[in-house]
Amino acid sequence: MASIDITDVRKAYGAVKILHGVDLTIQDGEFVVLVGPSGCGKSTLLRMIAGLEDISAGEIKIGGKRVNELDPKDRDIAMVFQSYALYPHMTVAGNMSYSLRLRKTAKEKIAAAISGAAEKLSLTPLMERRPKALSGGQRQRVAMGRAIVRKPKAFLFDEPLSNLDARLREHMRGEIKKLHQDLGATSIYVTHDQIEAMTLADRIVAMNAGVVQQVGSPLDLYDRPANLFVAGFMGSPAMNMFEGTYRATDGAPRIELGQGISVPLAGPAPTAEGTKVTLGIRPEHVLVGRELPGGFEARIDLVEPTGFGTILHASAFGSDVKAFSLERGLAERGDTVHVAFPVERIHVFDTATGARIG
Amino acid sequence: MTRKRIVATVAHRVAILAYVLFALFPLFWVLKISVTPNDLLYSEGVRLWPSRTVFDHFDFVIRHSDFPLFFRNSMIVSLSTAVIVTILSSLGGYAMSRFSFRGKFWIVGLMLLTQMFPLVMLIAPIFKILSPLGLTNSLSGLILVYVAFNVPFATFLMQSFFDGIPKDLEEAAMIDGATRFTAFRQIILPLTLPGMAATLGFVFTAAWSELLFALMLISGVDASTFPVGLLSFVSKFSVDFGQMMAAGVLALIPACLFFFFIQRYLVQGLTAGAVKG
Repeated sequence: MASIDITDVRKAYGAVKILHGVDLTIQDGEFVVLVGPSGCGKSTLLRMIAGLEDISAGEIKIGGKRVNELDPKDRDIAMVFQSYALYPHMTVAGNMSYSLRLRKTAKEKIAAAISGAAEKLSLTPLMERRPKALSGGQRQRVAMGRAIVRKPKAFLFDEPLSNLDARLREHMRGEIKKLHQDLGATSIYVTHDQIEAMTLADRIVAMNAGVVQQVGSPLDLYDRPANLFVAGFMGSPAMNMFEGTYRATDGAPRIELGQGISVPLAGPAPTAEGTKVTLGIRPEHVLVGRELPGGFEARIDLVEPTGFGTILHASAFGSDVKAFSLERGLAERGDTVHVAFPVERIHVFDTATGARIG
Repeated sequence: MTRKRIVATVAHRVAILAYVLFALFPLFWVLKISVTPNDLLYSEGVRLWPSRTVFDHFDFVIRHSDFPLFFRNSMIVSLSTAVIVTILSSLGGYAMSRFSFRGKFWIVGLMLLTQMFPLVMLIAPIFKILSPLGLTNSLSGLILVYVAFNVPFATFLMQSFFDGIPKDLEEAAMIDGATRFTAFRQIILPLTLPGMAATLGFVFTAAWSELLFALMLISGVDASTFPVGLLSFVSKFSVDFGQMMAAGVLALIPACLFFFFIQRYLVQGLTAGAVKG
């Protein structure tokens, strides 16, 4: 196991810049998830750590040793691919032992290593099968088995669950987390799925357009997103965002949302009077009721029952307000209700820069 | 099944049968003439099978003509060409499929360019080049020319097979501890065997039946290949059809055997893209 240090790493294909200087330190044994929309550079960063892409500038160290110039085979890392990348002409046992055979490991050691891994992943009855004869979930487990047999310094996962159906994905997510708890291996996991990121990560690295937006624990990112991108990306249903104007001259800091509605803030924000700001509030924090103090009128446009709870879409002050409630039958379509934004749940962002200001 | 569908199926089968008969008839005729005694050749000219069959022609061709020599020459030339071309085009096709390098566009362009000219145009210059090198009238010269002419197309063919193999596989192998070449050898090559078999078969048959260069570059009997040799059965006053056909039947054997052995891979190769791994 080892730590991974990434210092001002950049990637450019000719004039097209993919990564604009990433700094990140991953502790020994930590599970870090790189999350972001397609094309944000997260996979490129992972492939640079693996040695599959050249590093245009900056430095990557694994276990304190600079690896920029090392071939993938000399970096002592294992990777699980989205496509699993199992060798079709080898059996499960052959796939799992390939790395050890390349290293000329003794036969008995190989047998012990693969049977140990197979047991851990319940692959024992499948060892003589070829990948063609396996289901998606089984292939996924073989790919993981191939990674764990040789006890590498770090595990890299490139969207490993994207090809599975929803139920299996949930199951494998649990298995990956369990495996990490068992092995305590340094892991970097790339995904565009924020639920995977939230559930798996010790720390999440949110990326957009080749820039790291925020690094922190899952709940940090969820509760205190550093900017509009993170606020909008993390969480489903997504955070409500309303543009307004910051007012504080009379000693009562608030955001004017238009149509005479203004929402009071807990304290003054570090910005000038009249600045365009964005108010963010998560749907589960929006209160919905018949009469709410400090609330304002809204008409229910759409009711989406999820079974687990209900998503209500309401229109108020010319905007669409989403609310999520565990309660059923809170309102029907066409109802006029009150919605309220509890002051301690409000996020404030500077609309121009996107940065969090309160 | 409705009446209409039965009619359609029957028509379909009949059409296929007609085509197969049409395609195979010349081969059948070669076989028929090769076992027809000379005295019946014209008197029973249009009968489907002669009233008496003999193997005299085969006997003569094998024991009293230069045919075994031609056959040996053809084997050497075709096998060498097929093997060399397959190796070169595998390496080249892999590079074309996986790497981007300076001048790739121009190299591909040049390779296409070589396919544009009718071979007849090139015979004189090639003769002019090979002659001072002592490569006319030699099997090596012929192999060299065949390799040169087959490599571009075979490279494109192999490239398409490599393109069908996901990049992830060799990346996984490289992370598992293989060098790029080891990954190529142990992971990619085994998966490209069908493609290589197809290339091997294609080049082998092309070289086996090539006449133009063999005729122009080789003048002596010692280095003649079998297509050139066949012409020796045509003399000034007559054509010895029986012996010529017997030689033809014998020449078909290696090509048939070759395809018999590689057909398993060939079918895989031609359908490789259709099956999800």
